[in-house]
Amino acid sequence: MSFGPFLLLAVMESLVTAATLALTAVGLSLVFGTMRVVNVAHGEFFMLGAVLAWFVTGWVGGPEWIGFVAALALAPLGVAAVATLADRLVLKRLSYEPEATIVATIGLLYILQQAALTFYGPEARPVEPPFNFRIQFPWFGYSGYKLFVIFAAVAVLLAVWWGLTRSKAGLVMRATQVDRDTARAFGINVDRVYAGVFALGAALAAIAAVLIVPIQQAHYLMGGEPLLLAFITVIVGGLGSLRGTVIAALVIGLSDGLIAFFYSPTLAKILATLLVALVLVFRPQGLFGAKT
Amino acid sequence: MKKELLVPSRRSVLKGMGAGIVASAFPGYTWAQSSASIKLGFQLHRTGIGAAYGRWYERTAQAALKVVNDAGGINGRPVEILFEDDATDPKRGAEVVEKLANDGCDLIFGPLFSHVVIGSAPRAGELKIPYLVCSEGYHVASGMLNRWTLQPGITDVRSQVSSMAPWVAANLGKKVTMVYPDYAFGYDHRDFFTEAIKAQGGEVIAQIAIPPTETTFTRYLPQIPAETEVLYHVMVGPAVLTFVKELGDFYGSGARPQIFGFIDSLEAVDTASPGLEFLEGTYFWEAMNRVKQDGQSEAETAYRAAVGVDDNGASVTDAADVSTYSHMFSVWETLHTIKAGMEAAGYQSTADRQKFVEALEAMTTMAEGPGNPQGDKVFNGKTHQVFGHQNISQVTGGKMMRVHRTSIEDGQYPDAVDYTTMSF
Repeated sequence: MSFGPFLLLAVMESLVTAATLALTAVGLSLVFGTMRVVNVAHGEFFMLGAVLAWFVTGWVGGPEWIGFVAALALAPLGVAAVATLADRLVLKRLSYEPEATIVATIGLLYILQQAALTFYGPEARPVEPPFNFRIQFPWFGYSGYKLFVIFAAVAVLLAVWWGLTRSKAGLVMRATQVDRDTARAFGINVDRVYAGVFALGAALAAIAAVLIVPIQQAHYLMGGEPLLLAFITVIVGGLGSLRGTVIAALVIGLSDGLIAFFYSPTLAKILATLLVALVLVFRPQGLFGAKT
Repeated sequence: MKKELLVPSRRSVLKGMGAGIVASAFPGYTWAQSSASIKLGFQLHRTGIGAAYGRWYERTAQAALKVVNDAGGINGRPVEILFEDDATDPKRGAEVVEKLANDGCDLIFGPLFSHVVIGSAPRAGELKIPYLVCSEGYHVASGMLNRWTLQPGITDVRSQVSSMAPWVAANLGKKVTMVYPDYAFGYDHRDFFTEAIKAQGGEVIAQIAIPPTETTFTRYLPQIPAETEVLYHVMVGPAVLTFVKELGDFYGSGARPQIFGFIDSLEAVDTASPGLEFLEGTYFWEAMNRVKQDGQSEAETAYRAAVGVDDNGASVTDAADVSTYSHMFSVWETLHTIKAGMEAAGYQSTADRQKFVEALEAMTTMAEGPGNPQGDKVFNGKTHQVFGHQNISQVTGGKMMRVHRTSIEDGQYPDAVDYTTMSF
């Protein structure tokens, strides 16, 4: 394959990676920014979204697109409910202590993973894409659904951005992020904000998973890689900075994809991890994070 | 003294209870061995990347166990199987071998994934427990393992690919690009197919190794050179369906080379899945034809019914639950070989383990029949490896139909080891 088409394919593949990565990482970043909780179980919320999507599509039946739309609506809700429960039962009782919550979310990671293994099983199961449309370029064919994933992710990110900057809920959230005590003094129910943010972060991971599951397959161990990449993205972009996270997701998704295409996937991971190390040494607050 | 006899002291009661607990904890030692059941350990890939195989290996083992027990067991003794999950993980595999040995199993069988086998076999050798693998890897016949490790139920990859190469070169093309998993099993394919196609005047022009945990494959596909005449693919793990789908998207409706795959790329996957239409007309190696063929043997009909597989190769209770038909027969055949070996050795207890291995090494031919539904086989006692027939199928109307069956001689190669000269 000559260089031009090769590059085109590489860019399209990388954009799919970047799009889902941005969704997952924004969820992680929101939770950290507002609650100062490093959620190690974030990847498992992703996995849970994919697994629920499989259950929902199987349960709804009918044409593929109906099951997919139902999954896109119900799976994030289900995951958000689990996250709210985890927040109420665990994180709140630990008073959101940073060290304690890390350990608690590690525990949550194992609980969710083993629960999926028990109730869903060890198999990788496919979810049908809502449509099977293939774009035929002169040099290769490409799944139309993958392009849809990019647009859907952009739409969700725009909605999140609008919600944070234009809505009252967003205002309350940002107030809590800036200063929890002052927000409380102004009558903001911080506990409810925290529960909401934790649920929203988990739901974003779940949306990413529902979008990706027709391309990959739902599997109980699928949460590991998105978690690693999301952490890398959030650290590079600056913990708590939405704009930084999205830009970092784009940079890391594209570079990861392109390096994996032209050299090797292992080299891509090595370079991404090296980037994190460099950022931590020279700009610990991240590329776009504010100094605290 | 008298008083003590009538009213036992606290100490004597405790002693008595202790003895009772000890006795009940080791029932095996209080009964005669001969009537006790034979305990077979099964190292099972119930979770991890081999889970789809593990599900069917367990079902096949249960079905074979029922058949053997219904026919009177082994040496007149009932047989039981202890399943232990190794998570398809080599480190865990060695621990599972240890655990099953400690549980008093007479032998261990059943693992498939080559990295697990290679990681576990040394421990079986140290514990001096027979270890019968169902793994296809060349590691048994290569001499890499030990006298306690045998593969009597499935032909190894070196033999499989050697018997495929002449047909591929004669019917599909001579310039081959290989896509294979980046670990031991994949290297067997790479090394021996490359060698075998060269002997046919062909050439492997590109070798693309993919990590077995990879979840997306499109990035590897542009590495396939345009002048490729035959694309040879063999993939494993939970993402195999993604691999074939992305391959289909990549070639789309444009020109594509001939495609020859090992069924591993589609084990436990329905060939009629949406997105796999491009497979129509492509070829697969199958050890045993998933779809019922004309003239299916009586033994295979009975086997299919016993393991609960329908004429399309899926579970009789769930048409979406497709079997690993080209691999799982090895569990059935291995259990029947265990029966034959134990009876030949007059196996009584774990003290006879060595006699059992020697009895297997003395085996030469296995006739097609209820115990060997995949076909007749030749066992090489020196290399501990069995050799059987292989099939090439073409996808026709969404179903894999046999177009060629190799002879056992097609897959023979010179011995690389003589395990019988090694000490136990």
